[in-house]
Amino acid sequence: MALPEQKQSATEARLSAMTLPEPGCTRPAREAALARVREMGLPSRRDEYWKYTRPDTLVQAVALPAAVFENDEKPLFDGVDRLKIVFVDGVFAPELSDDLALEGVRIDRLEDICCKDIHWAKDLYGVLEARGHNPVPRPLAALNTAFATDGVAIHVTQKVSKPINLIYRHKSDTSDAMLHHVVRVEEGAEATLLENGPAASRFNKCMEIDIADGGTLHHVRAQGRDHERRAVTHMFTRLGTESVYKSFTLTVNGVLTRNEQVIELTGDDAVAHVAGACVGDGDFHHDDTVFVTHDAVNCESRQVFKKVLRNGAVGVFQGKILVKAGAQKTDGYQISQSLLLDDDSQFLAKPELEIYADDVACSHGSTSGAIDETALFYLRSRGIPQKDATDLLTLAFLAEAVEEIEDEALAEGIVDRLDGWLSRRA
Amino acid sequence: MLDIKNLHVKLEEEDKQILKGVDLSVEAGKVHAIMGPNGSGKSTLSYVLSGRDGYEVTEGSATLDGEDLLELEPEERAALGVFLAFQYPVEIPGVGNMTFLRTATNAQRKARGEEELSASDFLKLVRERAKALKIDADMLKRPVNVGFSGGEKKRNEILQMAMLEPKMCILDETDSGLDVDAMKLVADGVNALRDADRAFLVITHYQRLLDHIKPDVVHIMADGRIVKTGGPELALEVENNGYGDILAEVQ
Repeated sequence: MALPEQKQSATEARLSAMTLPEPGCTRPAREAALARVREMGLPSRRDEYWKYTRPDTLVQAVALPAAVFENDEKPLFDGVDRLKIVFVDGVFAPELSDDLALEGVRIDRLEDICCKDIHWAKDLYGVLEARGHNPVPRPLAALNTAFATDGVAIHVTQKVSKPINLIYRHKSDTSDAMLHHVVRVEEGAEATLLENGPAASRFNKCMEIDIADGGTLHHVRAQGRDHERRAVTHMFTRLGTESVYKSFTLTVNGVLTRNEQVIELTGDDAVAHVAGACVGDGDFHHDDTVFVTHDAVNCESRQVFKKVLRNGAVGVFQGKILVKAGAQKTDGYQISQSLLLDDDSQFLAKPELEIYADDVACSHGSTSGAIDETALFYLRSRGIPQKDATDLLTLAFLAEAVEEIEDEALAEGIVDRLDGWLSRRA
Repeated sequence: MLDIKNLHVKLEEEDKQILKGVDLSVEAGKVHAIMGPNGSGKSTLSYVLSGRDGYEVTEGSATLDGEDLLELEPEERAALGVFLAFQYPVEIPGVGNMTFLRTATNAQRKARGEEELSASDFLKLVRERAKALKIDADMLKRPVNVGFSGGEKKRNEILQMAMLEPKMCILDETDSGLDVDAMKLVADGVNALRDADRAFLVITHYQRLLDHIKPDVVHIMADGRIVKTGGPELALEVENNGYGDILAEVQ
């Protein structure tokens, strides 16, 4: 079907300002992705899938500038022994990064996967993204596959002793970055992947994660405090038999964030948990869009998303669990909740279940509300001042999401950030 | 210690007068009990004293050691030494009982200009006081009152009282929902806190609790007023004859 004229012209306007990177082994995948973009068209407000979040600023040819947010806060994960891979405005910075050698994992820069002949990465690049457009297109992810300028290929072959930390620094007010990472976790291997930082004024990130049978990937991400930045991120994850994927995202500030997680449980007994805690002020707009497909027996999926909003901030949650015919004994859980600290803030939620198997347990719930006055009075009657009591209840509200992080030190770092946000309240 | 004079209170939301001139003085070291039929205003009195929203004082005063309570925020009243043991203790998912106890203890110490307790001193104290109330380590770890039985919730209230060491303890139907053994445990906890500098106001429907917590003075409340005051024998009279005779006598 031909695209509506408006959509087609908006798409071509964006594409005309871009060129595919130098020919290389990913070129066919990039060309195929470009063809997908042309076929799908870039998103507009009229698309049902973008009903609650305006994609205009993510689509337009030139990124809006975003001031770099200066602060003297200790960087997140600073006290954690980890391997650092630093990108500045979307460009790998070897001088700021650690030596990429670490036992149990091989890390290559995306541009090197051809000359070094990294087969698995060539074979994965763009594949999970291409699978992820059903039932709704995700053209900004295809755009990323076509035009991404940097990224890493992470190959986990054993249990890795320390986390791998992708650090995204934002230095230029006008940066417009596109990163694409591919991750393969081999049978029985295990790693923890950390991501933090605002990345750029406008950031489009795509990550494809393939977890083989019995593999485990922990993912903890914090999206940086720059107020004016915009970001769209896609994580496509495919899980094999008895594999585990656990992902947590903290978002504090940012004028626009759309985080999509597309998860396919393709092997029996696999487990996927995705969680998010976000806290936002004022013109903050944050969108979590999650699509989990159960295509194997006895798998477990869990989505826990909590948003604290104040001064007119907007939170969006679109989450779906699709249970295919034959995916018996599925255990699916989804909860999305918002705590609105004033009358100006808004939470828009679209929870969905689509089930074609008859022996499954799936539940979903979505709520939004204010601080519980009864609980607040109880705390205050014990001598806890109103602000402290409110903060305590706010952290308690977020706790269910933060508890999804298994590593205590990492979870503490996240709670510190949340404390910081609460203490900055006017 | 606690002086209530001609206290008139109405509900903020609707034009309904609940307290219609309560006069009550509780001296340091004493236990006063308030009994009365349903709807007489007993619980309202406890909420108004502790500072809950939704009530409007239209006349009268309430002071603690001369300080006007009614002008203060709930946390300021707590720091002065007011403590309300709730009839229905509130469940707070996501807040650990221990965190709650430590935050409250230290907030009050801070408000009074005292030094905060160190983590180890606090832990020692809370364990010792919890043990006396048969509160185990698991109950301290769990979120505040979440999944607690009725008896556990009430014991948890008394533990908070033991940790905060208030001057003026108000117990709102602490016996409701308790079996005989649990009531004994709670009463023992209260009795252990009795001393010359602390006063208690025990609100109850039944004489039963007063067998365990022996009051010095018993008040009968009806239709928003204290209608009769006497010694412990007044509670027995209620137990034997109900409120009918007393109410008929004062009208």
